[in-house]
Amino acid sequence: MNVALQVTCLNDSLFPDTARATLTLLRRLGVNVEVPLGQTCCAQPMINTGYLDEAVPVVRNFVDVFEGYDAVVTPSGSCTGCARHQHAIVARRSGDAALVAAVSSTAPTVYELSEFLVDVLGVTDVGAYFPHRVTYHPTCHSLRMVGVGDRPSRLLEAVRGIDLVELPQATECCGFGGTFAVKNSDTSVAMGSDKARHVRDTDAEVLVAGDSSCLMHIGGLLSRQQAGVRTMHLAEVLASTQVGS
Amino acid sequence: MSRTFVGMPPFPTAAAHALRDTQLRRNLAHATGTIRDKRAGVVAEVDDWEQLRVDGAAIKDHVLSRLDHYLVELEESLTRAGATVHWARDAAEANAIVATIAHAHDADEVVKVKSMATQEIGLNEALAEEGIAAWETDLAELIVQLGDDLPSHILVPAIHRNRAEIREIFAARMGDSGRAAPPDLSDAPADLAAAARLHLREKFLRAKVAVSGANFAVADSGTLVVVESEGNGRMCLTLPEVLISVVGIEKIVPTYDDLQVFLQLLPRSSTGERMNPYTSMWTGVTPGDGPQEVHVVLLDNGRSRALADEVGRQALRCIRCSACLNVCPVYERTGGHAYGSVYPGPIGAILNPLLKGTGVDAQTDSLPYASTLCGACFEACPVRIDIPEVLVHLRSKVVDGHRGDRRPKAEALAMKAASWTLSDSRRLDRALRTSGVARAALGRSRDRVSQTVPLPGAAAWTRARDLPLPAREPFRSWWRKQSGSES
Ligand code: SF4
Repeated sequence: MNVALQVTCLNDSLFPDTARATLTLLRRLGVNVEVPLGQTCCAQPMINTGYLDEAVPVVRNFVDVFEGYDAVVTPSGSCTGCARHQHAIVARRSGDAALVAAVSSTAPTVYELSEFLVDVLGVTDVGAYFPHRVTYHPTCHSLRMVGVGDRPSRLLEAVRGIDLVELPQATECCGFGGTFAVKNSDTSVAMGSDKARHVRDTDAEVLVAGDSSCLMHIGGLLSRQQAGVRTMHLAEVLASTQVGS
Repeated sequence: MSRTFVGMPPFPTAAAHALRDTQLRRNLAHATGTIRDKRAGVVAEVDDWEQLRVDGAAIKDHVLSRLDHYLVELEESLTRAGATVHWARDAAEANAIVATIAHAHDADEVVKVKSMATQEIGLNEALAEEGIAAWETDLAELIVQLGDDLPSHILVPAIHRNRAEIREIFAARMGDSGRAAPPDLSDAPADLAAAARLHLREKFLRAKVAVSGANFAVADSGTLVVVESEGNGRMCLTLPEVLISVVGIEKIVPTYDDLQVFLQLLPRSSTGERMNPYTSMWTGVTPGDGPQEVHVVLLDNGRSRALADEVGRQALRCIRCSACLNVCPVYERTGGHAYGSVYPGPIGAILNPLLKGTGVDAQTDSLPYASTLCGACFEACPVRIDIPEVLVHLRSKVVDGHRGDRRPKAEALAMKAASWTLSDSRRLDRALRTSGVARAALGRSRDRVSQTVPLPGAAAWTRARDLPLPAREPFRSWWRKQSGSES
């Protein structure tokens, strides 16, 4: 199987450890992953802020780079949702029939990490070891736009040594929302503060999620509050092993 | 006599104001949490809920696709049943029609029930200018009106008030417009309800003219339907001599058969009840029974504009159940006033710009951005309105409306720059190298900053959140080294 890793722009620039962990994990599971360096971003920041014209060349770059792979794996629910549901809107608006066709052939090959592991590779026990108290936040786009369901939880439950505790009001949005975090920063912070409080209430050492953007927001609040809770991407927990971690 | 939404500031400003009101936030969290749980429980009881949603959406879409046909059919059946049909393009026309009818009957007051449409057009204020007092008879709307306040929820307009506040309002204000509250009024719900009942009963018996809305209008029979919990609707619809119903043109369902779908969807989605206590249906005039003069004002007021929007028209399926408000985490924090309209919450964030058009004022243009796109509204909506999709679509209309600006906004410039950088990986490479320099320039060994950094939007971010610094080595440089890859 011909598999590509979509690094995501946020992971490339701010959280490279997440991309490295995804790579480590997939290789350990025997997947031969390519990392096409022509990739940049899924165009979500532009699309969700309403800059659809500006998104066109970015979407074009995305399909140019990823067309032809059997699977494109991304450690991000929101980038997956963007590629599956929003690229088509951008392509249609551009009036470029070739782009519309390329998008419709690429979109179904894009998988969020937990989907790829559970549905395509058929594994829930990835051989990870992570002896810490962990709580999991199901990000909105993973949960509702992509519909990953309980796949991340099943993967986490199979991790050795983990003490997985339930997050109160887990399905409620953390308040990040892309440019919402800045345009409506008061509301964003109010929502994030409630989320951070729920995280602290679990006494977890680590907050895990499948989207670096939400972790950046909640982690930024926890860090400011000196809450002593680390944030980690799902991929990083799943990549940890007794030997390597 | 009551406040209006005119001149409200854009959402971020209004929201910041609301967020400072801790009592409001507590009231809202409590109320939405309670109704959310109740709704989830009764929805889970219905095995074919998803199919009902699909059916509801399909019926409404069908009507919207042939609205011209169904409007004519409705007009004919209403007329046949003895009602008089009026057409109103906008608020001014609708208000003038109601005022003229009230004047014709020498009425200096009207009782009102169940009509967001009349709030949308500012009927109470328009009638007040004509010397006609309009009394709200829904309990929550009565609270809002007596408190000289604005509604903040579709279903529970006084959701932001608690019992003690309501007692204060009743004690101080009921006497001004009719029967006063008893001097020893307590804040027990039963006492408050009893005071409202006596106050309202007097008005029902006194009024000659009533104004109502309708939840549904059945095209083939000319039947209007009001679904409610308190019985005030029934009073309004039967006691007065003259009834004026102001109905949005999107309220049509073709037949009674279609109605049953919505009578299942609506109460469970809105009040979290299996069935609402009162469903009133009236078809024109019945001699010797109920109002002997029935007027129906079919209101456009921007609905045909919304209908013309291919993506946005699905908002006209809305049955005003308020489920989207109750699950919305933004609404839960800010309350309804921040949306500056009688239609708050997620549906308000799309309906207001669709009815008024984008580019008319900053307040309307701020609404499509009043969401994190978390999708909880879409999941809850009984007629499957894809609110996040419409929000993004409307954002693009707001952005497009500014493409000709002589001085583009900082955001537009940033997005243009991002588009240029992100459409070619070599440009991204260069930008990432610069960000490494930026990190060095910030001179930090730590990974997060707490104070403001000179980047757009950074101040709004770092006020309460630490910001991660660019990685020491972007992933792509690392990958290039370790794979010996060049492209
Ligand atoms: S948009 Fe949907 S959920 Fe919201 S009020 Fe309308 S019908 Fe109800």
